[in-house]
Amino acid sequence: MSDRARLPLWEVFIRPRNGLAHRHVGSVHASDAEMALMAARDVYTRRGEGRSIWVAPATAIAASDPDEKAEMFDPADDKTYRQPTDYHVPKEVGDM
Amino acid sequence: MSDPALFRYALGLADDQLVLGHRLSQWTGHAPILEEELALGNIALDLIGQARGLYQYAGELEDADRDEDALAYHRDARGYLNLTLVEQPNGDFAKTIARQLFYTAMALPFWQAMTASTDQRLAAVAAKAEKESAYHLRHATEWTARLGDGTDESHRRMQAAIDQLWEFTGELFAADSAEADLAALGIATDRASLRAIWDDTVNQALAEATLARPADSWMTEGGRDGLHGEDLGHMLAEMQSLQRMHPGLSW
Repeated sequence: MSDRARLPLWEVFIRPRNGLAHRHVGSVHASDAEMALMAARDVYTRRGEGRSIWVAPATAIAASDPDEKAEMFDPADDKTYRQPTDYHVPKEVGDM
Repeated sequence: MSDPALFRYALGLADDQLVLGHRLSQWTGHAPILEEELALGNIALDLIGQARGLYQYAGELEDADRDEDALAYHRDARGYLNLTLVEQPNGDFAKTIARQLFYTAMALPFWQAMTASTDQRLAAVAAKAEKESAYHLRHATEWTARLGDGTDESHRRMQAAIDQLWEFTGELFAADSAEADLAALGIATDRASLRAIWDDTVNQALAEATLARPADSWMTEGGRDGLHGEDLGHMLAEMQSLQRMHPGLSW
């Protein structure tokens, strides 16, 4: 559909409850921000999922390059000391 | 307890919501974009939900063993009391939006006023419908602006839709003597009082959309008396076919 292709893409973020962060849930096509908010409401909050919606032009989102996956993420794989499970709590500490 | 005047009033309101809701549901599978498919479906479900509450109440008021399904599925077009605006076929997307604009610009102030109805049941329906209508109006005005102030073609189609449906807007503010009596009791809302609010809303929407307000001329009436165009009969025949073939069917 050529008409649809002319409508910009918007990424949709929903905050499920007060106190939680907005999470990316998907995208909608819309002519502008106001229409994107309505479309996001109609597509992604039909079952009471949301308390707040953000939309952002998909073109405004910079993404990491999948080809650079190794250099971006592999170095974190062997740093177990960054995981809480890497530490043993001495018995003397008791319940924390 | 049978209350014929209040029964007819509740039934007319229920018919407005059901007929418009069913019309909107007919976009399912045909909407211009997926986003609107869901938007129109959501609005349809809001309206059908309002209709259910009103039919249940109407059934109790009539006290003749007719439940919501009997009222919705086992009456002919002549027995339907909806406004003629809501039965108008969907046409193109612009016509559907124009119909939404004209109806919801009335429905929002109507339900707002009805939250103060002395009838608790109607006030309860109104409390829910008020919020839903506010969103429906927003949806209609935003689309009116974008179609009217969009391309040459969308402007032409939107203006044509406004012109075509104008004759059905007079009925939005008409009330028979029974409804006037209910309004005097604080049960119904004086429809004439909605006119100024509707004018403001519609004038502003049309101005923002660079559309011209049609000149007032002859207005269609009679919906509340069961006088409808032939399109309603076709719509009901399809909507009621399953219950007519298998009365009482449920799933």
